[in-house]
Amino acid sequence: MPRLLSKHAAVPPPPVSADRPSAPGAPGRAPAPDGTHNGVRVRGLSRGFDGRAVLENLDLDIAPGEFVALLGPSGSGKSTLLRAVGGLDGDPDGRIAVPERVATVFQEHRLLPWERVWKNVTLGLGGGLLRERAVAALGEVGLADRADAWPGTLSGGEAQRVALGRALVRTPQLLLLDEPFAALDALTRLKAQQLVERLWEQHRPSVLLVTHDVEEALLLADRAVLLGDRTLSQEFVVDIPRPRPLDHPRFVELRRQLLLGLGVDPDAGTATAQNTDSGKASS
Amino acid sequence: MSLTPPSTAAPAVTAERPAGTGQAVGSPAESPPAGKATKTGVPRTALPRLSSLLRYLRRVSGLVAVVLLWWLGTGQGWLGSTTPSPSAVWNAGVELVRSGDYAHHLLVSLGRVGKGLLFGIPLGILLGLGAGLTKAVEDVVDAPIQAFRMLPHLALAPVFIIWFGIGETSKTMLILIGPVFPLYINVLHGIRGVDNKLVEVARSCGLGRWGLTRRVILPGALPQILVGLRQALGIGWLTLVVAEQTATTSGIGYLMSDAREFLRTDVMFVVLVTYALLGVLSDLLVRLLERRALAWRRGFAGA
Repeated sequence: MPRLLSKHAAVPPPPVSADRPSAPGAPGRAPAPDGTHNGVRVRGLSRGFDGRAVLENLDLDIAPGEFVALLGPSGSGKSTLLRAVGGLDGDPDGRIAVPERVATVFQEHRLLPWERVWKNVTLGLGGGLLRERAVAALGEVGLADRADAWPGTLSGGEAQRVALGRALVRTPQLLLLDEPFAALDALTRLKAQQLVERLWEQHRPSVLLVTHDVEEALLLADRAVLLGDRTLSQEFVVDIPRPRPLDHPRFVELRRQLLLGLGVDPDAGTATAQNTDSGKASS
Repeated sequence: MSLTPPSTAAPAVTAERPAGTGQAVGSPAESPPAGKATKTGVPRTALPRLSSLLRYLRRVSGLVAVVLLWWLGTGQGWLGSTTPSPSAVWNAGVELVRSGDYAHHLLVSLGRVGKGLLFGIPLGILLGLGAGLTKAVEDVVDAPIQAFRMLPHLALAPVFIIWFGIGETSKTMLILIGPVFPLYINVLHGIRGVDNKLVEVARSCGLGRWGLTRRVILPGALPQILVGLRQALGIGWLTLVVAEQTATTSGIGYLMSDAREFLRTDVMFVVLVTYALLGVLSDLLVRLLERRALAWRRGFAGA
Protein backbone atom coordinates (compact mmCIF):
# COMPACT_ATOMS: atom_id res chain seq x y z
CA MET A 1 0.00 0.00 0.00
CA PRO A 2 1.60 3.30 -1.02
CA ARG A 3 1.68 5.96 1.64
CA LEU A 4 0.60 9.45 0.84
CA LEU A 5 3.50 11.56 1.87
CA SER A 6 3.12 14.41 -0.57
CA LYS A 7 2.76 16.76 2.36
CA HIS A 8 6.34 16.15 3.28
CA ALA A 9 7.44 16.74 -0.27
CA ALA A 10 6.12 20.29 0.01
CA VAL A 11 7.97 21.05 3.22
CA PRO A 12 11.03 18.83 3.14
CA PRO A 13 12.22 18.06 6.63
CA PRO A 14 15.92 17.74 7.17
CA PRO A 15 16.98 14.15 6.75
CA VAL A 16 17.35 12.58 10.13
CA SER A 17 19.99 10.10 11.03
CA ALA A 18 19.57 7.76 13.92
CA ASP A 19 22.12 9.42 16.12
CA ARG A 20 21.04 12.91 15.39
CA PRO A 21 23.21 15.96 15.88
CA SER A 22 21.36 19.04 17.05
CA ALA A 23 18.51 19.43 14.61
CA PRO A 24 18.93 22.59 12.57
CA GLY A 25 16.24 25.19 12.82
CA ALA A 26 13.62 23.62 15.02
CA PRO A 27 11.08 26.40 14.63
CA GLY A 28 8.81 28.15 17.05
CA ARG A 29 8.46 27.70 20.76
CA ALA A 30 10.16 24.35 21.02
CA PRO A 31 13.00 24.30 23.49
CA ALA A 32 16.44 23.79 22.11
CA PRO A 33 16.53 20.18 21.00
CA ASP A 34 19.30 19.37 23.38
CA GLY A 35 21.30 20.93 26.11
CA THR A 36 18.28 21.90 28.20
CA HIS A 37 17.65 18.37 29.33
CA ASN A 38 19.37 15.06 29.27
CA GLY A 39 16.61 12.89 27.91
CA VAL A 40 15.41 9.82 29.73
CA ARG A 41 17.57 7.57 31.83
CA VAL A 42 16.08 4.50 33.46
CA ARG A 43 18.25 2.23 35.57
CA GLY A 44 17.34 -0.99 37.33
CA LEU A 45 13.59 -0.52 37.01
CA SER A 46 11.55 -3.31 38.59
CA ARG A 47 7.81 -3.45 38.98
CA GLY A 48 5.51 -6.22 40.04
CA PHE A 49 1.84 -6.62 40.66
CA ASP A 50 0.59 -8.95 43.37
CA GLY A 51 3.95 -10.64 43.66
CA ARG A 52 4.27 -11.24 39.91
CA ALA A 53 7.24 -9.42 38.43
CA VAL A 54 6.37 -7.54 35.24
CA LEU A 55 9.58 -5.59 34.80
CA GLU A 56 12.90 -6.61 36.27
CA ASN A 57 16.10 -4.63 36.34
CA LEU A 58 15.33 -2.77 33.17
CA ASP A 59 17.57 -0.08 31.68
CA LEU A 60 16.48 2.39 29.02
CA ASP A 61 17.97 5.57 27.60
CA ILE A 62 16.31 8.06 25.32
CA ALA A 63 18.47 10.85 23.96
CA PRO A 64 17.09 14.39 23.78
CA GLY A 65 14.97 14.61 20.67
CA GLU A 66 15.10 10.91 20.01
CA PHE A 67 12.01 8.98 18.92
CA VAL A 68 11.93 5.53 20.50
CA ALA A 69 9.26 2.92 19.85
CA LEU A 70 8.64 0.26 22.46
CA LEU A 71 7.23 -3.00 21.17
CA GLY A 72 6.32 -6.17 22.95
CA PRO A 73 3.77 -8.90 23.19
CA SER A 74 0.55 -8.39 25.03
CA GLY A 75 1.01 -8.16 28.77
CA SER A 76 4.76 -7.75 28.51
CA GLY A 77 4.68 -4.54 30.53
CA LYS A 78 4.98 -1.92 27.80
CA SER A 79 2.41 0.34 29.38
CA THR A 80 3.82 -0.36 32.83
CA LEU A 81 7.18 0.93 31.64
CA LEU A 82 5.62 4.00 30.08
CA ARG A 83 3.60 4.73 33.20
CA ALA A 84 6.69 4.40 35.36
CA VAL A 85 8.59 6.82 33.13
CA GLY A 86 5.66 9.23 33.18
CA GLY A 87 5.41 9.13 36.96
CA LEU A 88 1.89 7.71 36.77
CA ASP A 89 2.85 4.60 38.65
CA GLY A 90 2.98 4.69 42.40
CA ASP A 91 6.01 2.78 43.51
CA PRO A 92 8.35 1.24 40.97
CA ASP A 93 11.83 0.27 42.13
CA GLY A 94 14.82 1.74 40.39
CA ARG A 95 16.07 5.10 39.25
CA ILE A 96 14.24 7.10 36.63
CA ALA A 97 15.45 10.46 35.38
CA VAL A 98 13.18 12.35 33.04
CA PRO A 99 13.08 15.94 31.76
CA GLU A 100 11.06 18.54 33.59
CA ARG A 101 8.16 18.79 31.16
CA VAL A 102 6.53 15.48 30.35
CA ALA A 103 3.23 15.05 28.52
CA THR A 104 1.31 11.86 27.85
CA VAL A 105 -1.18 10.83 25.18
CA PHE A 106 -3.14 7.70 26.01
CA GLN A 107 -4.94 5.17 23.88
CA GLU A 108 -8.22 6.80 24.87
CA HIS A 109 -8.40 10.55 24.40
CA ARG A 110 -9.36 11.07 28.06
CA LEU A 111 -10.89 14.49 27.51
CA LEU A 112 -13.12 15.85 30.25
CA PRO A 113 -16.58 15.71 28.68
CA TRP A 114 -17.84 18.63 30.75
CA GLU A 115 -15.23 21.12 29.62
CA ARG A 116 -14.99 22.63 26.19
CA VAL A 117 -12.16 21.58 23.94
CA TRP A 118 -9.92 24.55 24.63
CA LYS A 119 -10.38 24.20 28.37
CA ASN A 120 -9.36 20.59 28.07
CA VAL A 121 -6.24 21.58 26.19
CA THR A 122 -5.12 23.99 28.90
CA LEU A 123 -6.08 21.72 31.80
CA GLY A 124 -3.74 22.35 34.70
CA LEU A 125 -1.86 25.19 33.04
CA GLY A 126 -1.29 28.46 34.82
CA GLY A 127 -0.55 31.91 33.49
CA GLY A 128 -2.40 34.17 31.11
CA LEU A 129 -3.59 33.91 27.53
CA LEU A 130 -4.76 30.35 28.11
CA ARG A 131 -7.30 30.47 25.33
CA GLU A 132 -4.79 31.88 22.86
CA ARG A 133 -2.32 29.16 23.76
CA ALA A 134 -5.00 26.51 23.40
CA VAL A 135 -6.10 27.78 20.00
CA ALA A 136 -2.48 27.87 18.83
CA ALA A 137 -1.97 24.26 19.91
CA LEU A 138 -5.27 23.24 18.35
CA GLY A 139 -4.15 24.95 15.16
CA GLU A 140 -1.13 22.70 15.05
CA VAL A 141 -3.38 19.65 15.06
CA GLY A 142 -5.78 21.27 12.60
CA LEU A 143 -8.65 21.83 15.01
CA ALA A 144 -8.53 25.53 15.84
CA ASP A 145 -12.15 25.90 14.76
CA ARG A 146 -13.33 23.33 17.31
CA ALA A 147 -11.98 25.19 20.33
CA ASP A 148 -15.46 25.80 21.75
CA ALA A 149 -16.94 22.39 20.96
CA TRP A 150 -17.89 19.85 23.60
CA PRO A 151 -15.62 16.78 23.45
CA GLY A 152 -18.70 14.60 23.01
CA THR A 153 -19.29 16.09 19.58
CA LEU A 154 -15.84 15.17 18.22
CA SER A 155 -15.03 12.13 16.13
CA GLY A 156 -12.52 9.62 17.46
CA GLY A 157 -9.72 11.02 15.35
CA GLU A 158 -10.51 14.60 16.29
CA ALA A 159 -10.65 13.76 19.99
CA GLN A 160 -7.27 12.07 19.77
CA ARG A 161 -5.84 15.11 18.00
CA VAL A 162 -7.18 17.31 20.79
CA ALA A 163 -5.40 15.02 23.24
CA LEU A 164 -2.26 15.57 21.19
CA GLY A 165 -2.87 19.32 21.34
CA ARG A 166 -3.23 19.06 25.10
CA ALA A 167 0.20 17.46 25.20
CA LEU A 168 1.76 19.96 22.76
CA VAL A 169 0.60 23.06 24.61
CA ARG A 170 2.82 21.99 27.48
CA THR A 171 5.89 22.18 25.18
CA PRO A 172 7.01 18.78 26.46
CA GLN A 173 10.64 17.79 26.45
CA LEU A 174 9.44 14.21 26.70
CA LEU A 175 6.31 13.01 24.95
CA LEU A 176 4.88 9.68 26.06
CA LEU A 177 2.53 8.01 23.59
CA ASP A 178 0.67 4.98 24.93
CA GLU A 179 -0.75 3.31 21.81
CA PRO A 180 -2.34 6.59 20.81
CA PHE A 181 -3.48 5.35 17.42
CA ALA A 182 -4.70 1.90 18.37
CA ALA A 183 -8.37 2.86 18.60
CA LEU A 184 -8.44 4.76 15.29
CA ASP A 185 -9.51 3.37 11.95
CA ALA A 186 -6.79 2.64 9.42
CA LEU A 187 -7.06 5.87 7.40
CA THR A 188 -7.34 8.13 10.42
CA ARG A 189 -4.42 6.32 11.95
CA LEU A 190 -2.21 7.03 8.95
CA LYS A 191 -3.05 10.73 9.13
CA ALA A 192 -2.47 10.84 12.86
CA GLN A 193 0.89 9.13 12.45
CA GLN A 194 1.93 11.69 9.84
CA LEU A 195 0.77 14.46 12.16
CA VAL A 196 2.83 13.11 15.03
CA GLU A 197 5.89 12.77 12.82
CA ARG A 198 5.51 16.33 11.57
CA LEU A 199 5.02 17.76 15.06
CA TRP A 200 7.97 15.81 16.36
CA GLU A 201 10.15 17.16 13.56
CA GLN A 202 9.07 20.70 14.43
CA HIS A 203 9.38 20.55 18.19
CA ARG A 204 11.88 17.77 18.77
CA PRO A 205 10.77 16.33 22.08
CA SER A 206 12.10 12.97 23.12
CA VAL A 207 9.37 10.48 22.37
CA LEU A 208 8.57 7.11 23.86
CA LEU A 209 5.90 5.43 21.74
CA VAL A 210 4.33 2.26 23.04
CA THR A 211 2.80 0.33 20.20
CA HIS A 212 1.88 -3.14 19.08
CA ASP A 213 2.17 -2.15 15.44
CA VAL A 214 5.53 -3.00 13.84
CA GLU A 215 4.96 -0.78 10.82
CA GLU A 216 4.03 2.16 12.98
CA ALA A 217 7.24 1.77 14.92
CA LEU A 218 9.28 1.60 11.71
CA LEU A 219 7.53 4.61 10.19
CA LEU A 220 8.07 6.89 13.15
CA ALA A 221 10.91 5.80 15.39
CA ASP A 222 14.66 6.35 15.28
CA ARG A 223 15.03 3.25 17.36
CA ALA A 224 12.76 0.35 18.16
CA VAL A 225 13.23 -1.61 21.37
CA LEU A 226 11.57 -4.91 22.14
CA LEU A 227 10.31 -5.75 25.59
CA GLY A 228 10.39 -9.43 26.36
CA ASP A 229 10.84 -11.48 29.48
CA ARG A 230 10.62 -8.55 31.88
CA THR A 231 13.39 -6.51 30.33
CA LEU A 232 14.45 -5.00 27.01
CA SER A 233 15.49 -7.92 24.86
CA GLN A 234 16.44 -6.41 21.52
CA GLU A 235 17.07 -3.07 19.93
CA PHE A 236 16.93 -1.99 16.29
CA VAL A 237 18.19 1.29 14.90
CA VAL A 238 15.76 2.31 12.19
CA ASP A 239 18.21 3.75 9.70
CA ILE A 240 15.76 4.56 6.94
CA PRO A 241 15.76 8.11 5.59
CA ARG A 242 12.55 10.05 6.18
CA PRO A 243 9.95 10.20 4.75
CA ARG A 244 9.95 6.46 4.89
CA PRO A 245 8.36 4.45 2.12
CA LEU A 246 6.82 1.17 3.19
CA ASP A 247 8.53 -0.64 0.32
CA HIS A 248 12.03 0.54 1.14
CA PRO A 249 14.17 -2.62 1.18
CA ARG A 250 15.54 -1.74 4.60
CA PHE A 251 11.98 -1.27 5.88
CA VAL A 252 11.00 -4.73 4.68
CA GLU A 253 14.07 -6.23 6.27
CA LEU A 254 13.62 -4.48 9.60
CA ARG A 255 9.96 -5.42 9.69
CA ARG A 256 10.97 -9.02 9.27
CA GLN A 257 13.50 -8.82 12.06
CA LEU A 258 11.11 -7.10 14.41
CA LEU A 259 8.39 -9.66 13.80
CA LEU A 260 10.89 -12.44 14.45
CA GLY A 261 11.92 -10.69 17.63
CA LEU A 262 8.29 -10.59 18.68
CA GLY A 263 7.95 -14.31 18.09
CA VAL A 264 5.96 -14.05 14.89
CA ASP A 265 6.99 -15.97 11.79
CA PRO A 266 6.94 -13.33 9.05
CA ASP A 267 6.72 -16.02 6.36
CA ALA A 268 3.66 -17.75 7.77
CA GLY A 269 1.28 -15.49 5.91
CA THR A 270 -0.37 -12.25 6.81
CA ALA A 271 -3.23 -13.92 8.62
CA THR A 272 -0.96 -15.04 11.41
CA ALA A 273 0.66 -11.67 11.74
CA GLN A 274 -2.67 -9.90 11.83
CA ASN A 275 -4.07 -12.24 14.39
CA THR A 276 -1.12 -11.60 16.58
CA ASP A 277 -1.43 -7.89 16.09
CA SER A 278 -5.07 -7.70 16.99
CA GLY A 279 -4.39 -9.90 19.95
CA LYS A 280 -1.87 -7.39 21.15
CA ALA A 281 -4.19 -4.48 20.78
CA SER A 282 -5.60 -5.20 24.17
CA SER A 283 -2.33 -4.93 26.01
CA MET B 1 -24.86 26.62 23.46
CA SER B 2 -26.74 25.43 20.47
CA LEU B 3 -27.65 21.81 20.24
CA THR B 4 -27.72 20.89 16.60
CA PRO B 5 -30.32 18.20 16.00
CA PRO B 6 -28.38 15.10 15.10
CA SER B 7 -30.47 14.10 12.10
CA THR B 8 -30.27 17.38 10.25
CA ALA B 9 -26.49 17.56 10.05
CA ALA B 10 -25.50 17.42 6.43
CA PRO B 11 -23.61 14.27 5.55
CA ALA B 12 -21.13 16.23 3.46
CA VAL B 13 -19.11 17.29 6.47
CA THR B 14 -16.12 15.07 6.78
CA ALA B 15 -15.05 14.41 10.29
CA GLU B 16 -11.40 14.19 9.47
CA ARG B 17 -9.49 16.86 7.71
CA PRO B 18 -5.85 16.48 6.81
CA ALA B 19 -4.22 18.35 9.61
CA GLY B 20 -2.53 21.58 8.72
CA THR B 21 -3.15 21.41 4.99
CA GLY B 22 -6.09 23.75 5.21
CA GLN B 23 -9.29 23.61 3.26
CA ALA B 24 -7.82 23.86 -0.22
CA VAL B 25 -7.91 20.14 -0.89
CA GLY B 26 -11.19 19.56 0.92
CA SER B 27 -14.23 18.44 -0.99
CA PRO B 28 -16.13 21.31 -2.62
CA ALA B 29 -19.28 20.28 -0.76
CA GLU B 30 -17.61 21.24 2.46
CA SER B 31 -18.89 24.80 2.45
CA PRO B 32 -18.77 26.07 6.03
CA PRO B 33 -22.22 26.14 7.68
CA ALA B 34 -23.40 22.86 6.27
CA GLY B 35 -26.06 22.31 8.89
CA LYS B 36 -28.73 24.60 7.42
CA ALA B 37 -30.52 22.46 4.92
CA THR B 38 -33.06 19.91 6.05
CA LYS B 39 -34.20 16.90 4.15
CA THR B 40 -37.71 18.15 3.57
CA GLY B 41 -36.75 21.65 2.60
CA VAL B 42 -38.99 23.19 5.26
CA PRO B 43 -37.46 26.37 6.64
CA ARG B 44 -35.51 25.42 9.66
CA THR B 45 -37.17 27.72 12.17
CA ALA B 46 -40.74 26.52 11.59
CA LEU B 47 -40.09 22.85 12.14
CA PRO B 48 -38.72 22.87 15.70
CA ARG B 49 -41.39 25.31 16.84
CA LEU B 50 -44.14 23.02 15.60
CA SER B 51 -42.54 19.90 17.01
CA SER B 52 -41.92 21.54 20.38
CA LEU B 53 -45.56 22.60 20.52
CA LEU B 54 -46.61 19.02 19.78
CA ARG B 55 -44.25 17.79 22.43
CA TYR B 56 -45.70 20.23 24.94
CA LEU B 57 -49.24 19.10 24.16
CA ARG B 58 -48.16 15.51 24.55
CA ARG B 59 -46.72 16.25 27.96
CA VAL B 60 -49.87 17.95 29.17
CA SER B 61 -52.18 15.32 27.71
CA GLY B 62 -51.51 12.75 30.44
CA LEU B 63 -52.36 15.19 33.19
CA VAL B 64 -55.51 16.34 31.40
CA ALA B 65 -56.60 12.71 31.05
CA VAL B 66 -56.21 12.15 34.79
CA VAL B 67 -58.34 15.19 35.62
CA LEU B 68 -60.97 14.11 33.09
CA LEU B 69 -61.10 10.64 34.59
CA TRP B 70 -61.49 12.18 38.03
CA TRP B 71 -64.35 14.32 36.78
CA LEU B 72 -66.02 11.38 35.11
CA GLY B 73 -65.44 9.18 38.17
CA THR B 74 -67.11 11.55 40.60
CA GLY B 75 -69.98 12.17 38.20
CA GLN B 76 -70.65 8.45 37.77
CA GLY B 77 -70.06 7.66 41.42
CA TRP B 78 -67.11 5.31 40.75
CA LEU B 79 -65.06 7.02 43.46
CA GLY B 80 -67.63 6.85 46.23
CA SER B 81 -70.16 9.44 47.27
CA THR B 82 -67.85 11.62 49.37
CA THR B 83 -65.16 12.24 46.74
CA PRO B 84 -65.45 15.83 45.55
CA SER B 85 -65.42 16.63 41.86
CA PRO B 86 -62.61 18.77 40.41
CA SER B 87 -64.95 21.75 40.28
CA ALA B 88 -65.86 21.37 43.97
CA VAL B 89 -62.16 21.21 44.82
CA TRP B 90 -61.54 24.27 42.69
CA ASN B 91 -64.27 26.15 44.50
CA ALA B 92 -62.95 25.14 47.90
CA GLY B 93 -59.50 26.24 46.80
CA VAL B 94 -60.75 29.62 45.64
CA GLU B 95 -62.57 30.06 48.93
CA LEU B 96 -59.44 29.20 50.91
CA VAL B 97 -57.34 31.61 48.88
CA ARG B 98 -59.90 34.40 49.30
CA SER B 99 -59.98 34.05 53.06
CA GLY B 100 -56.19 34.24 53.22
CA ASP B 101 -55.98 30.91 55.06
CA TYR B 102 -54.34 29.20 52.14
CA ALA B 103 -51.47 31.65 51.83
CA HIS B 104 -50.93 31.62 55.59
CA HIS B 105 -50.72 27.84 55.90
CA LEU B 106 -48.71 27.45 52.72
CA LEU B 107 -46.15 29.99 53.86
CA VAL B 108 -45.76 28.25 57.20
CA SER B 109 -45.23 24.91 55.47
CA LEU B 110 -42.80 26.37 52.95
CA GLY B 111 -40.91 27.90 55.83
CA ARG B 112 -40.62 24.54 57.57
CA VAL B 113 -39.44 22.74 54.45
CA GLY B 114 -37.13 25.61 53.56
CA LYS B 115 -35.50 25.60 56.99
CA GLY B 116 -35.10 21.84 56.99
CA LEU B 117 -33.65 21.69 53.48
CA LEU B 118 -31.46 24.72 54.08
CA PHE B 119 -29.52 22.68 56.60
CA GLY B 120 -30.30 19.16 55.42
CA ILE B 121 -29.07 19.53 51.84
CA PRO B 122 -25.68 21.04 52.70
CA LEU B 123 -25.25 18.52 55.49
CA GLY B 124 -25.90 15.59 53.14
CA ILE B 125 -23.63 17.02 50.46
CA LEU B 126 -20.85 17.78 52.92
CA LEU B 127 -20.98 14.31 54.44
CA GLY B 128 -20.95 12.77 50.96
CA LEU B 129 -18.08 14.96 49.82
CA GLY B 130 -16.07 14.26 52.93
CA ALA B 131 -16.55 10.53 52.65
CA GLY B 132 -16.03 10.55 48.89
CA LEU B 133 -12.84 12.56 48.93
CA THR B 134 -11.22 11.27 52.10
CA LYS B 135 -11.04 7.63 52.99
CA ALA B 136 -10.63 8.39 56.69
CA VAL B 137 -13.89 10.35 56.79
CA GLU B 138 -15.68 7.54 55.00
CA ASP B 139 -14.41 4.99 57.49
CA VAL B 140 -15.73 6.99 60.41
CA VAL B 141 -18.96 8.30 58.94
CA ASP B 142 -20.22 5.59 56.65
CA ALA B 143 -21.25 2.91 59.14
CA PRO B 144 -23.46 5.13 61.34
CA ILE B 145 -25.06 6.76 58.32
CA GLN B 146 -25.83 3.39 56.75
CA ALA B 147 -27.35 2.24 60.03
CA PHE B 148 -29.50 5.37 60.42
CA ARG B 149 -30.48 5.18 56.77
CA MET B 150 -32.13 1.85 57.36
CA LEU B 151 -34.41 3.37 60.00
CA PRO B 152 -37.50 4.80 58.38
CA HIS B 153 -36.85 8.33 59.55
CA LEU B 154 -40.56 9.05 59.76
CA ALA B 155 -40.70 6.53 62.59
CA LEU B 156 -38.40 8.86 64.48
CA ALA B 157 -41.12 11.50 64.78
CA PRO B 158 -42.11 10.54 68.35
CA VAL B 159 -38.47 10.28 69.38
CA PHE B 160 -37.76 13.70 67.94
CA ILE B 161 -40.64 15.13 69.93
CA ILE B 162 -39.03 13.71 73.07
CA TRP B 163 -35.64 15.12 72.11
CA PHE B 164 -36.56 18.48 70.63
CA GLY B 165 -39.89 19.26 72.23
CA ILE B 166 -43.32 19.40 70.72
CA GLY B 167 -42.76 22.71 68.94
CA GLU B 168 -41.19 23.73 65.64
CA THR B 169 -37.72 22.38 66.36
CA SER B 170 -38.73 18.75 66.23
CA LYS B 171 -40.54 19.31 62.92
CA THR B 172 -37.59 21.13 61.37
CA MET B 173 -35.20 18.46 62.59
CA LEU B 174 -37.33 15.73 61.08
CA ILE B 175 -37.40 17.51 57.71
CA LEU B 176 -33.68 18.18 58.04
CA ILE B 177 -32.68 14.61 58.64
CA GLY B 178 -34.65 13.01 55.78
CA PRO B 179 -32.79 14.46 52.79
CA VAL B 180 -29.36 13.83 54.31
CA PHE B 181 -29.33 10.14 53.41
CA PRO B 182 -30.16 10.18 49.71
CA LEU B 183 -27.74 13.05 49.21
CA TYR B 184 -24.97 11.31 51.11
CA ILE B 185 -25.41 8.09 49.16
CA ASN B 186 -25.60 9.76 45.77
CA VAL B 187 -22.74 12.18 46.33
CA LEU B 188 -20.54 9.35 47.57
CA HIS B 189 -21.45 7.08 44.67
CA GLY B 190 -21.08 9.90 42.20
CA ILE B 191 -17.57 10.60 43.38
CA ARG B 192 -16.63 6.93 43.42
CA GLY B 193 -17.98 6.57 39.91
CA VAL B 194 -15.70 9.21 38.41
CA ASP B 195 -13.53 7.63 35.73
CA ASN B 196 -10.13 6.97 37.23
CA LYS B 197 -8.53 7.51 33.83
CA LEU B 198 -9.70 11.11 33.86
CA VAL B 199 -8.32 11.56 37.35
CA GLU B 200 -5.01 10.16 36.17
CA VAL B 201 -4.78 12.40 33.13
CA ALA B 202 -5.69 15.44 35.22
CA ARG B 203 -2.94 14.58 37.68
CA SER B 204 -0.44 14.14 34.89
CA CYS B 205 -1.52 17.56 33.59
CA GLY B 206 -0.40 18.99 36.89
CA LEU B 207 -3.71 19.53 38.69
CA GLY B 208 -3.44 19.64 42.45
CA ARG B 209 -5.92 18.24 44.91
CA TRP B 210 -8.18 21.27 44.80
CA GLY B 211 -8.08 21.58 41.00
CA LEU B 212 -8.74 17.88 40.68
CA THR B 213 -11.78 18.14 42.93
CA ARG B 214 -13.15 21.21 41.24
CA ARG B 215 -12.58 20.35 37.59
CA VAL B 216 -12.75 16.56 37.50
CA ILE B 217 -14.37 14.96 40.53
CA LEU B 218 -17.25 17.34 41.20
CA PRO B 219 -18.34 17.73 37.58
CA GLY B 220 -18.01 14.00 37.13
CA ALA B 221 -20.17 13.33 40.16
CA LEU B 222 -22.68 16.06 39.36
CA PRO B 223 -25.25 13.97 37.46
CA GLN B 224 -25.49 11.61 40.41
CA ILE B 225 -25.53 14.48 42.90
CA LEU B 226 -28.52 15.97 41.09
CA VAL B 227 -30.32 12.64 41.28
CA GLY B 228 -29.71 12.80 45.02
CA LEU B 229 -31.05 16.33 45.14
CA ARG B 230 -34.26 15.25 43.44
CA GLN B 231 -34.76 12.44 45.90
CA ALA B 232 -33.94 14.77 48.79
CA LEU B 233 -36.60 17.28 47.77
CA GLY B 234 -39.16 14.50 47.44
CA ILE B 235 -38.33 13.23 50.91
CA GLY B 236 -38.50 16.79 52.23
CA TRP B 237 -42.14 17.12 51.15
CA LEU B 238 -42.98 13.65 52.39
CA THR B 239 -41.57 14.46 55.81
CA LEU B 240 -43.51 17.68 55.90
CA VAL B 241 -46.76 15.75 55.56
CA VAL B 242 -45.94 13.56 58.53
CA ALA B 243 -44.49 16.35 60.66
CA GLU B 244 -47.60 18.49 60.29
CA GLN B 245 -50.02 15.73 61.21
CA THR B 246 -49.51 16.23 64.92
CA ALA B 247 -49.14 19.04 67.43
CA THR B 248 -49.57 22.07 65.24
CA THR B 249 -52.20 24.62 64.34
CA SER B 250 -50.69 25.85 61.10
CA GLY B 251 -49.34 24.55 57.82
CA ILE B 252 -51.07 22.75 54.99
CA GLY B 253 -50.76 19.47 56.87
CA TYR B 254 -52.82 21.00 59.68
CA LEU B 255 -55.27 22.27 57.06
CA MET B 256 -55.69 18.70 55.94
CA SER B 257 -56.12 17.09 59.35
CA ASP B 258 -58.47 19.89 60.34
CA ALA B 259 -60.55 19.27 57.20
CA ARG B 260 -60.62 15.57 58.05
CA GLU B 261 -62.14 16.36 61.44
CA PHE B 262 -65.00 18.20 59.74
CA LEU B 263 -65.29 15.80 56.78
CA ARG B 264 -64.44 18.60 54.37
CA THR B 265 -63.15 16.28 51.67
CA ASP B 266 -62.99 19.14 49.19
CA VAL B 267 -60.44 20.95 51.36
CA MET B 268 -58.54 17.70 51.83
CA PHE B 269 -58.28 17.42 48.08
CA VAL B 270 -57.10 21.00 47.80
CA VAL B 271 -54.22 20.08 50.08
CA LEU B 272 -53.51 16.89 48.14
CA VAL B 273 -53.36 18.83 44.89
CA THR B 274 -51.10 21.35 46.61
CA TYR B 275 -48.69 18.58 47.63
CA ALA B 276 -48.64 17.32 44.06
CA LEU B 277 -48.00 20.78 42.63
CA LEU B 278 -45.24 21.50 45.13
CA GLY B 279 -43.57 18.22 44.24
CA VAL B 280 -43.80 18.90 40.54
CA LEU B 281 -42.46 22.42 40.97
CA SER B 282 -39.43 21.38 42.96
CA ASP B 283 -38.70 18.65 40.45
CA LEU B 284 -38.92 21.21 37.68
CA LEU B 285 -36.43 23.34 39.53
CA VAL B 286 -33.90 20.53 39.66
CA ARG B 287 -34.50 19.77 36.00
CA LEU B 288 -33.74 23.35 35.08
CA LEU B 289 -30.59 23.12 37.14
CA GLU B 290 -29.72 19.88 35.38
CA ARG B 291 -30.22 21.37 31.96
CA ARG B 292 -27.89 24.21 32.74
CA ALA B 293 -25.25 22.18 34.56
CA LEU B 294 -25.23 19.13 32.29
CA ALA B 295 -25.33 20.86 28.93
CA TRP B 296 -22.31 18.83 27.86
CA ARG B 297 -24.11 15.53 28.15
CA ARG B 298 -25.15 13.58 25.13
CA GLY B 299 -27.09 10.91 26.95
CA PHE B 300 -29.96 8.86 25.62
CA ALA B 301 -33.00 11.10 25.90
CA GLY B 302 -35.67 8.68 24.77
CA ALA B 303 -36.79 7.78 21.28
